[in-house]
Amino acid sequence: MFGLDKKDASLLLIVTALVAFAPFLLNPFPEGSAMAQFNAGYPDLMQRFVIFGIFAIGFNILFGLTGYLSFGHAAFLGVGSYAAVWMFKLLSMNVLPAIILAVIVAGIFALIIGYVSLRRSGIYFSILTLAFAQMSFALAYSVLTPITGGETGLQLALDDPRIFGSATTAEGNIPVPGFFGLEMRDSTELVLGNWVFTFSVGYYFAAIIMLLSFYLSIRIFRSPFGMMLRAVKSNQQRLNYTGLNPRPYTLAAFVISGMYAGLAGGLMASMDPLAGAERMFWTASGEVVLMTILGGVGTLIGPVLGAGLIKYMENIISKINSDILHSWFAFLPDGLEDLVVTLIYPFIGKGWHLTLGIVFMLVVIFLPGGLVQGGQKIAGLFGRKKAQEPKNATTEPAE
Amino acid sequence: MGILEVKDVNKRFGGLQALGNVNLSVAENTCHAIIGPNGAGKSTLLNCLVGKLIPDTGAVMFDGQSVLGRTPFEINQMGISRVFQTPEIFGDLTVMENMLIPCFAKRDGSFALHGIRSVTSEAELRDQAEQMLEEVNMLDKRNMHSASMSRGDKRRLEMAMCLVQNPKLLLLDEPTAGMARADTNNTIDLLKEIKEKRNITIAIIEHDMHVVFSLAERITVLAQGTPLVEDTPENIKGHPKVKEAYLGEAA
Repeated sequence: MFGLDKKDASLLLIVTALVAFAPFLLNPFPEGSAMAQFNAGYPDLMQRFVIFGIFAIGFNILFGLTGYLSFGHAAFLGVGSYAAVWMFKLLSMNVLPAIILAVIVAGIFALIIGYVSLRRSGIYFSILTLAFAQMSFALAYSVLTPITGGETGLQLALDDPRIFGSATTAEGNIPVPGFFGLEMRDSTELVLGNWVFTFSVGYYFAAIIMLLSFYLSIRIFRSPFGMMLRAVKSNQQRLNYTGLNPRPYTLAAFVISGMYAGLAGGLMASMDPLAGAERMFWTASGEVVLMTILGGVGTLIGPVLGAGLIKYMENIISKINSDILHSWFAFLPDGLEDLVVTLIYPFIGKGWHLTLGIVFMLVVIFLPGGLVQGGQKIAGLFGRKKAQEPKNATTEPAE
Repeated sequence: MGILEVKDVNKRFGGLQALGNVNLSVAENTCHAIIGPNGAGKSTLLNCLVGKLIPDTGAVMFDGQSVLGRTPFEINQMGISRVFQTPEIFGDLTVMENMLIPCFAKRDGSFALHGIRSVTSEAELRDQAEQMLEEVNMLDKRNMHSASMSRGDKRRLEMAMCLVQNPKLLLLDEPTAGMARADTNNTIDLLKEIKEKRNITIAIIEHDMHVVFSLAERITVLAQGTPLVEDTPENIKGHPKVKEAYLGEAA
């Protein structure tokens, strides 16, 4: 199906189903119940799941296949966002040209940075990309303020030209991004008993693009080009003496993953039309590294899972506060309740990074293949048959 | 005029003259061995042929073209394949993938984007790869993870990867180093078979005299960076200069 073998096709179908029914799957708890705060099925968060999923899928094409660890991929995400917002300001509020320009600009930017950085490998490559990303951040934050909006970020204004659309809506507001009339912000709610499910245009638009990028990444993984990239990771010396030039292969992988990042940045701006320099900060680059490693480096689905887990923790765990903790442990005697709350408190709210750190350490130590390896282990426990096929090409980490 | 001509090559590392005025001519379709004691400059010479090192002076001509200043992948594309002292293969890939990569390099050149067609759809290249694996008796291992194979199998795979490109010149750097006697004999048989079947020139660097005298038609003896003698195996065996180089003057 679609030029995929059976295993890849079924993976794609499963992911498609999960993404399509995400508004249900991520909202398992009824509204108003104590568990409702663990619901993740609201448009804003679901959009982030798929957009960061795209970012991580692209990053994995570089890091997972070639082994080149870039610490500057957020720069491409930021550049994509700026390009998209400029398109909204100058052209129209249609997201299509904005996203296309975001991908092209990020690709050109990646070509320049990649051309220089790929002269070195290993840690030197990582440091070069980090330096470029921090330079881009510094430029966006200060020198390039007329283009990037500096500290305040780039925002839409009422007096933007928007030559192919109206500068203002009939009510005199700034128009919202849309796709040929479908506004990204639109959503419908479905109320079933105590459950409220939200279906947002923005989410489904981003989800379709995510599925397309996921499909493309499967095709890249299975293509001769993908095989060459794995060969680069495995043995560059042999590749050289086999008559192949590793440099253009790694550069192509770098540009492709930069374009994925630009696509994610463009989508981000389409959901919420503003762009700030902080999207290029090095912690944002580090985050996509964590996502990829957490999910499973070099696996197809791993980066998406990692992106989902990190964004879920960022949004859900950080929302828990001490009042909520007290209400959970109210059944304990007073002194004990305070003690338990004091012990857990550092790990919630703003301390969610601490929880993430622990989860990351546990995964790296016990599941070096990431969440995908965890899934394989669980599958192995249930079916002996599956355990006898450890050479599952779809999910096996490239390490 | 041989297929490979080395003329007055000098290579110096700091104060060490690794190669001094090396002249060598390898005739087409022969097996030429380069022997010599440790530190004689055998590996340096080989590295000068494949683009890893650039000689200070002199010329290296292959098939009428100079190889100097070219990168290893360009030299491979000219028709020189190299087997390393320790097998260099793509350990993370399967045996079949290891074989397909040189096939792609031969067909599409040093860089090609290939589109997003699946590797499995390249029937022609897969046939080539499978035929070559059959020839080295490794077809049953085609889906194996290549890093998990024995050293002897890795060596055979590496040789198959070189041969599937139909090189004009095959360079072997101590192909039997560290091998058991049985494996060594298998390698000798394999190389003899290859030579009979194909139009191929082989240049071999080897310590094991058993291998050298079973395969070589010409032998060059290197000592301290300069060629001492070049002759047929029969004449080399009893040559006083060779004995001197290996065992010292006292012998």
